[in-house]
Amino acid sequence: MLLTIASAAAAMMVLQQAPAQDTDWDAEFGVEVKERDPVTGELPVAPYEQSNANAGAAPYGSAALAADFGGREGITRIATRTVELSEADPRIAAIFAGHDMVRLKRTLAEQFCYLVGAGCNYTGRDMRAAHAQMGLAKADLNALVENLQAAMREAGVPFAAQNRLLAKLAPSSKDIIER
Amino acid sequence: MTLFASCVLAACHGAAVLAVAAGEAPAVRIEDLPVLDAAPQPEPMPTAGAATRNTALAQIALKPLAPDATALSDDIVRIGRTRFFKGGKLLLTNGATTLEGSSGGGIARWATIAGRQVPGGVGVSGHATAIELPDFGWRSYGFAVGVGDRLELSIARANFDTRDAGAVLGLGQGYTFNIDTFGAKLRVAGDLVYGEAWLPQIAIGIERKRSRDSARVRGLGAADDAGTDYTVSATKLLLARSLLVNATLRYTAANELGLLGFGSAASAGHKLQLEGSLGYQLSRRAMVGVEYRSKPDNLGLGEDDWMDLFAAYAITDHLTLTAAYVDLGRVATFPGQRGGLVSAQVAF
Repeated sequence: MLLTIASAAAAMMVLQQAPAQDTDWDAEFGVEVKERDPVTGELPVAPYEQSNANAGAAPYGSAALAADFGGREGITRIATRTVELSEADPRIAAIFAGHDMVRLKRTLAEQFCYLVGAGCNYTGRDMRAAHAQMGLAKADLNALVENLQAAMREAGVPFAAQNRLLAKLAPSSKDIIER
Repeated sequence: MTLFASCVLAACHGAAVLAVAAGEAPAVRIEDLPVLDAAPQPEPMPTAGAATRNTALAQIALKPLAPDATALSDDIVRIGRTRFFKGGKLLLTNGATTLEGSSGGGIARWATIAGRQVPGGVGVSGHATAIELPDFGWRSYGFAVGVGDRLELSIARANFDTRDAGAVLGLGQGYTFNIDTFGAKLRVAGDLVYGEAWLPQIAIGIERKRSRDSARVRGLGAADDAGTDYTVSATKLLLARSLLVNATLRYTAANELGLLGFGSAASAGHKLQLEGSLGYQLSRRAMVGVEYRSKPDNLGLGEDDWMDLFAAYAITDHLTLTAAYVDLGRVATFPGQRGGLVSAQVAF
């Protein structure tokens, strides 16, 4: 019995081969390397149904409000700045690491633009799907709100107008906060 | 014997591997090895897209810690999963402090919880308040502990100096009424800022008050020198209008918040009173508003409802100053008690 086991062990040692130097480990372990879209620079996402309802609220219909935000261009700058501030914010930077910031900047700008009534469509996922499995806490959301407020303040958005955008975002907290 | 065979085979295997390695790669010489002190040369990445991502991730992973970073991170105190004094609340959402030591406006209790903590944290808040009136002076100070978004426990002392009026009232020149208030408040539903606009933050609470002038307040006709207020508060920041709206129902028997005792021989029971606040948010740090508080008149001294016009400003994340014009009406038979209130709150 012992002899059999030892022989088998010995045989397996002999048969064991050192892996080739140029082994494609991603292929061996079935790792899919996502390629960024050459045009948009975004990583691919699983398909989902696109709808403005995913933005989580009905938009304002006020041209004055959109003007307060500097129109589409101003809103895009605010969304980009919000993401940049958050990536540099030690409180929440880790949440953003490993996620597609190119896509986030675009979808966040679309959501803000749609909600303030500046004439965009929101093509991102709904708030529950977009934040699923992130384990976000109220403190994280507060930090993001502060960064958004800072971005809007830098862009010269009047405080009352800032609050009107926050009013559209606040109800979706139930889909974002998990703990 | 079997062990020996295994060892021999293993040795052969090892030798074979060595032979293969030696056959494939030329002999390594010391001078060919990389110099560890030299700046590392980045290896080229296989594809452009993956390279950008991998490099970005590697930079995050290998980023050196801040010079002042420690293994304890930035948690000041942490017991189990509970973080103490770490903050995280949005500015002003812990409210100012009421005359009775609770989180709220100046004279009205709000459903907010004292301290700057978020769920999972414990925070503290301390305050000092002064009111100057034509005939009286109010000084109060206190301390509160907040547990998450859920529970607030507070303790406060108020001293009410009757000054010259004390002599007129037969109490003695500069007689000072003192009262201790022990408060508890529990948030039962909703959120001040988040969630649906129609669902306010709702909290229930009690305030146990004890006059330290038992003989005096009984002499004035009060039925008791201690009493308990029961409150239900609903508070919401209506972001679309930048408005803070608060309503509190208070079931109380207190005379002048309890300074003059509780109830009277004629009307000993509790009565339902209303406190309302309306605030406008000027900025993240500033709010102005108006408050109203109805009060019973158990002693028949013409006790009036109170109102104030307030301005609150968060000078830092931890220090909030409040100034108000207050109209307390008739106090202890002295009419026209209008004056100024200042209050400072320090919260963590």
